[in-house]
Amino acid sequence: MHRRAPVATHRPDAGAWASYVPPVPKASAPLLPDRFRRWFASRGWEPRPHQLQLIEKARAGRSVLLVAPTGAGKTLAGFLPSLVELADQPAGPRAKGEGAKAERKLHTLYISPLKALAVDIARNLEAPVQEMGLPVRVETRTGDTAAHKRARQIERPPDILLTTPEQLALLLAHREAAELFAGLKRVVLDELHSLVTSKRGDLLSLGLARLHRMAPNLTAVGLSATVREPDELRRYLVPQAPSVLDVSTLVGQVAVTAPVPEASSATIPSPLVGEVAPKGSEGGGASQKRSRSERVVAAATQEVGAIPPSPTLPHKGGEGLLAGGGLDGAAGRVTLADLVVVEGGARPDIQILEVDARLPLAGHTASASMPAIYDLIRKHKTTLVFVNTRLQAEFVFQALWNLNDEGLPIALHHGSLDVGQRRRVEAAMTEGRLKAVVCTATLDLGIDWGDVDLVVNVGAPKGASRIMQRIGRSNHRMDEPSKAYLVPGNRFEILECRAALDAVHEAAQDTPDARIGALDVLCQHVLGMACAEPFEIGALFDEVRSAAPYRNLTYEEFEAAVAFVATGGYALRAYERFAKIVKGKDGLWRVRDGRVAQQYRLNVGTIVESPMIKVRIARASKKRPGAVLPRGGRVLGEIEEYFAETMTTGDTFLFAGEVLRFEGIQEDEVLASRTSAGTEPKIPSYAGGKFPLSTFLAERVRQILSDPFEWDRLPPQLTDWLLQQRRRSVVPGPRDLLVETYPRSGRYYLTCFPFEGRLAHQTLGMLLTRRLERARLKPLGFVANDYGLAVWCMSDITAAAGREPGFIEALFDEDMLGDDLEAWLAESALMKRTFRYCAVIAGLIERRFPGQEKTGRQVTISTDLVYDVLRKHEPDHVLLRAARADAATGLLDVKRLGVMLRRIRGRIIHKPLDRVSPLSVSVMLEIGRERVYGESADEILAEAEAMLLDEALG
Amino acid sequence: MVPLRKNKQTTAEIGLGDLAATLDLSGAMMLADEGALLVADLHFEKGSAFARRGLFLPPYDTRETLASLADVVARFDPKVVIALGDSFHDIGGPERLGDEERETLRRIQTGRDWIWVTGNHDRILPGSIGGEVVAEMALAHLTLRHEPEEGAATEVAGHLHPVGKVVMRGRGVRRRCFLTDGSRCVMPAFGAYAGGLNACDAAFKPLFPNGFTAHLIGTERIFAIAKSMLCRD
Repeated sequence: MHRRAPVATHRPDAGAWASYVPPVPKASAPLLPDRFRRWFASRGWEPRPHQLQLIEKARAGRSVLLVAPTGAGKTLAGFLPSLVELADQPAGPRAKGEGAKAERKLHTLYISPLKALAVDIARNLEAPVQEMGLPVRVETRTGDTAAHKRARQIERPPDILLTTPEQLALLLAHREAAELFAGLKRVVLDELHSLVTSKRGDLLSLGLARLHRMAPNLTAVGLSATVREPDELRRYLVPQAPSVLDVSTLVGQVAVTAPVPEASSATIPSPLVGEVAPKGSEGGGASQKRSRSERVVAAATQEVGAIPPSPTLPHKGGEGLLAGGGLDGAAGRVTLADLVVVEGGARPDIQILEVDARLPLAGHTASASMPAIYDLIRKHKTTLVFVNTRLQAEFVFQALWNLNDEGLPIALHHGSLDVGQRRRVEAAMTEGRLKAVVCTATLDLGIDWGDVDLVVNVGAPKGASRIMQRIGRSNHRMDEPSKAYLVPGNRFEILECRAALDAVHEAAQDTPDARIGALDVLCQHVLGMACAEPFEIGALFDEVRSAAPYRNLTYEEFEAAVAFVATGGYALRAYERFAKIVKGKDGLWRVRDGRVAQQYRLNVGTIVESPMIKVRIARASKKRPGAVLPRGGRVLGEIEEYFAETMTTGDTFLFAGEVLRFEGIQEDEVLASRTSAGTEPKIPSYAGGKFPLSTFLAERVRQILSDPFEWDRLPPQLTDWLLQQRRRSVVPGPRDLLVETYPRSGRYYLTCFPFEGRLAHQTLGMLLTRRLERARLKPLGFVANDYGLAVWCMSDITAAAGREPGFIEALFDEDMLGDDLEAWLAESALMKRTFRYCAVIAGLIERRFPGQEKTGRQVTISTDLVYDVLRKHEPDHVLLRAARADAATGLLDVKRLGVMLRRIRGRIIHKPLDRVSPLSVSVMLEIGRERVYGESADEILAEAEAMLLDEALG
Repeated sequence: MVPLRKNKQTTAEIGLGDLAATLDLSGAMMLADEGALLVADLHFEKGSAFARRGLFLPPYDTRETLASLADVVARFDPKVVIALGDSFHDIGGPERLGDEERETLRRIQTGRDWIWVTGNHDRILPGSIGGEVVAEMALAHLTLRHEPEEGAATEVAGHLHPVGKVVMRGRGVRRRCFLTDGSRCVMPAFGAYAGGLNACDAAFKPLFPNGFTAHLIGTERIFAIAKSMLCRD
């Protein structure tokens, strides 16, 4: 909510970074053992200050968040403390109890959001381990790891294990978990900024809470790109609202492994937390308490800012009913991990790609810019061309190949392509054999794809932090500027690019708010914990609340989750005898039998894929139109089932770089044929990584729009357009909502410009049409884009507004989020999809696995039917609560809509016009491109029925 | 497009041989001449059948199904109700039936005849659920059975849970439906949790060699849709 631009701090001699040596703390023992120093030297490297800083933190037993730009040696910094510690250990089995058979324990756990990243890092770690001859065993554990190896990893764990959040959840549900993790010293969470924004982050936070409990001396290290609220991530790393009953956990961050300054005896936990000078802070004066801004300045004065935890903050929000927890003296406090910030390297060289052509008012393909992009590709070594959707990826790829007279190696990479093909592109990329790759968000994250020297972002940036991440993909040396071009696809996108560019220059961030832990994920976790060992409900509640996203969980919610796991949690207690977990005489909850644990293992994880269907090449039969020859062609990749379902034979679409003709669905595959050269695809829109405009950029776009002085910085074609808008209607102020009503070819239109992103606009559109229908204006449909929406009716909206003062205000009244929203949610397909995801994650229904889909109607269960029944009988059920929470921020973005409706209260500018305005044209143009909403199921059926009548009468 | 609210009509008429049949929005069929109300695939206690496997579907499916059954029975007040098989999701279903549900069922049965045709899910039905149990039966010139039989003359059956899917302008609508060619009718499943099999599935082909019309159950009306308008899933 409070955006703060971390003060940009470029040391004047940034170029000389590699040779920069920080003032060495005098009294400290050498942080880096000789062996390591020699290794650095042999590589011609100097250990970077933040790398040393992390060793220091590790010695002091501190958890720490490292915020650093790409290329700063973040990963090595994360592992260095573990390598140093492990290097000192005897090479043989560590002494533990008696007998030579005593095994070494797992020392460090590394968690990455991507399987491929974990494998990549394991490879990179081999170099230092081998070259220094360290007695360290590094292994990965992913879904691909063989069963015997998994078993062995639990019996004889490696020193360092690299894995994913899902695999961690599985390990924690293992009966040997306590044994395995008891000696764990460190957990390293890579790409933490991206992990925490999703339900995977919720799941991981719960796993982390369990690790902290099992291994009280554990310290957590988070590696992150720059974020808006680093405190949220610092909080994520360490246990929150700890119970005083477990002092060791409480002060573990501060005092357990190190002698503590006198003032902070471990017996007085609450004032202690967060105020103790970290041990070994001799060098930095880091123990002073500083205000936020001072801290930033302090960080800015050094290459590396070491920042102590903030003073304790009051614990916000519901305390819940702590079961048996009268002794909550320390609850109500938050703890933060330490923070080490590596200030950004060289300032990125980023600009908007200017082309002579006039940009269209709508569309995202930027076709006019393709020759210029091709030219850039020619002039650079390797270019990454980022786009927002798979459709755009297909389009750009095709357009570039149409221009590719020189036959440059340009490849395509997106999530729907066949895995084999993706791997080939990635390999070619790493080997430097490609000149350019057109890609979607699939390449957003951390893997190093060779020597990229230019990033081109086609279409709207959508978010400042997103664009910075993408730009960071180019040039992995932090002391050289990354080079990037933003390519707007339409005139609104020029505004958005301008806003993003300003944000990048100020280093402003718009990463999302911290999540409130999802209840469906909690349900899954509770079952997992019961699989591991019997639990006491109060103890598990405390543990769960120590995870930052769940710190405000109430006992009532927690109980509901446990009840759900046990018997479904229904008021009608019909399933007691089938309970999955049962409370024993000892008061502990345990799983009923091994089958339950098996079920848990199959269901673990928070990623629910929308069902996909393969696309296979087939030839159309010449003899029988509409029929296809037997299959046998190549599989090109997969598309979403619901997209396939919206096509009819003869539709053409872009996929895998080709224009294909849809021939039909045969068994479980889409059959498609190749079209003759020059065929125009009908370009059906299929979803795939479509991000809504961030609130932050939206606000800036509104600013630029409303301030004529800003217009000077815009290209003339845009200024002209805005001037015309001002003449014909009005250009709204930054907080206003412009509503235009006008007639057009026998229909009456209403367009408005909330700038709140497509998802919120879709929801608004649904609710507006309901109200317009009640007002008897006979709405027919609407379209929405990121900036606004247009609704059209049979009756005159302008006239209605004239008859009834306050009509438009009432239309946009906040109370639409009450009954109207409820009524709509009852039948919304998006809400049903949201519910299905929750139902799968919580374990209400089983995941569908490939090949399992067609097992027959008796076995599968439609969650839509379950949703209807549950909604009617138990509207407050934990799964419906989970689904509503998701709807607030997910597919329906209700929360953002609510904020908007409050913002515009009393600030609606209604302009009755006699024809469409320049601004409105841009939304109107979406008609025919975007899906038109508003037709009820019955209207579709009525139309189909009418065709039968035509047939009969004709 | 004119709002459809005005045409609200909960039934549609079709002919089956020389009998007039009324299709109801609930998924039931009324044969007024015989005073018989037909329902198929109630799948009572499907929720609890899943619960046995650790999947705790909301335990309200039986009362939900019973509520709409009570409603349609009240509207038509038939002399006899005939359930065309798979009335219970499994053999143990009748035993798991809750007291309240058992009472509701008894109330609906009161004052009329009740016939359970057995299905593949409920080959055995205990006497405790009232009514008469048969494997199949004749009514006027119609044969009533659970699984439709290829080549049989005039027949009303269930078992297949037909649903029809219509795609128009990028939007798909999938609804339960009655399939009929004028002499045979396959009824939609009546149960709250009963899923569906697409009418384009090969299983329907031998039953309707000359094609069929699908009567799709919309939100407020029943729509007669030509087979050519239906899509696969």
